Amino acid sequence: MNGPQDVGGRHGFGAVVPEDEATRFHADWEKRVLGVTLAAGALGHWNLDASRHARESLPPAVYYGSSYYEIWLRALEGLLTRAGEVTPDELSAGHAQVPGLRPERCLKAEAVPMVLASGGPTDREGPAPLFGVGDKVRMANHQPAGHTRLPGYTRGRVGVVTARHGAHVYPDSNARFEGENPQPLYTIAFDAVELFGADAEEDLTVSIEAWEPYLEPA
Amino acid sequence: MHDHSHHGSELDEMTARVRALETILTEKGLIDPAAVDAIIDTYEHKVGPRNGAEVVARAWSDPAFADWLRKDATEAIASMGFAGRQGEHMVAVFNTPEEHNLVVCTLCSCYPWPVLGLPPAWYKTPDYRARAVRTPRAVLAEFGVSLPEDMRVRVWDSTAEVRYLVIPQRPEGSEGLDEAGLADLVTRDSMIGCGLARRPGAA
Repeated sequence: MNGPQDVGGRHGFGAVVPEDEATRFHADWEKRVLGVTLAAGALGHWNLDASRHARESLPPAVYYGSSYYEIWLRALEGLLTRAGEVTPDELSAGHAQVPGLRPERCLKAEAVPMVLASGGPTDREGPAPLFGVGDKVRMANHQPAGHTRLPGYTRGRVGVVTARHGAHVYPDSNARFEGENPQPLYTIAFDAVELFGADAEEDLTVSIEAWEPYLEPA
Repeated sequence: MHDHSHHGSELDEMTARVRALETILTEKGLIDPAAVDAIIDTYEHKVGPRNGAEVVARAWSDPAFADWLRKDATEAIASMGFAGRQGEHMVAVFNTPEEHNLVVCTLCSCYPWPVLGLPPAWYKTPDYRARAVRTPRAVLAEFGVSLPEDMRVRVWDSTAEVRYLVIPQRPEGSEGLDEAGLADLVTRDSMIGCGLARRPGAA
């Protein structure tokens, strides 16, 4: 979607403020957002792509006005509400008023190390790739209203395949709960002038990962 | 760093908001507060950028391991015990005298958690995400890094589940150091590409 998340190459943003690597959180509530978000994922009401779509679907003014943990919390409230696990009244009251739907899926403390250590690989059996390393490809003019992982700054631009990664879960389908629909995944490299025009930095190459439905022969 | 005390109304609002949600979910038996604590403890105290620094130090001191990293970073890194969530599909990119690598996720906050831990706040800001792909040298300057003019820059926008670890160049003067000594030279920012490894004896 052409949402607030798709910021690559956009003008008007400010300086980056580095911080010490010992700083892990800026407030205790951020820790709880991290933990609650990951724990609630175990309920199985959504997937990685649906959770990203919930974040990028926040109104642009809210998205840009929020820290990233605030974005996570707002998106989590929405995901849980749409799943029927919490109601707006409960969020206002701060207490449960009706039973939860999937308490049997509750992530227990003893399962946490295993769940975090195994992660969620997205490689799958899938179709053979149409393109090879070294092929020139053009990014499709792909702008669905739903979730996609093709960044706007690459649309219509020509790059070169520099790596193939087998088939991976296709986010555009998975975010809509239409199945994993695995598609070949590639790394595509672009010269910065192709992406950003004559004023681009010299000697700069930018690459993205792109699923085959995002690509056209060039 | 922000002051956590009592005049930050936004912080207070967020504290109340997350507490409400956590309370509701706990009362319904949908989350276990001890599991939430265990998740926090993992990323606050156990999984962080010192993992990645160990990987880099081994790559610097063991050419066979460096080759393994180039061919299959996921397996090579897993051999050191670092694997799992947000590191399922790893690629290591090596800085050279000719090319500098920089990692960003323009669409959200994708980051290699098993080797670097949670992303720093700046990595998740639109400021970094917008500018890293278009003006990486300006971004690097904000980290105090100035690259030679003839060095190429390669920016990796991690738009899928592939996660990148930058292997910085081994600094001069580090010849006599063992892996632990080398790891001390490897900063988190150098493994994102926003910094360089420290020289021995430098602050």
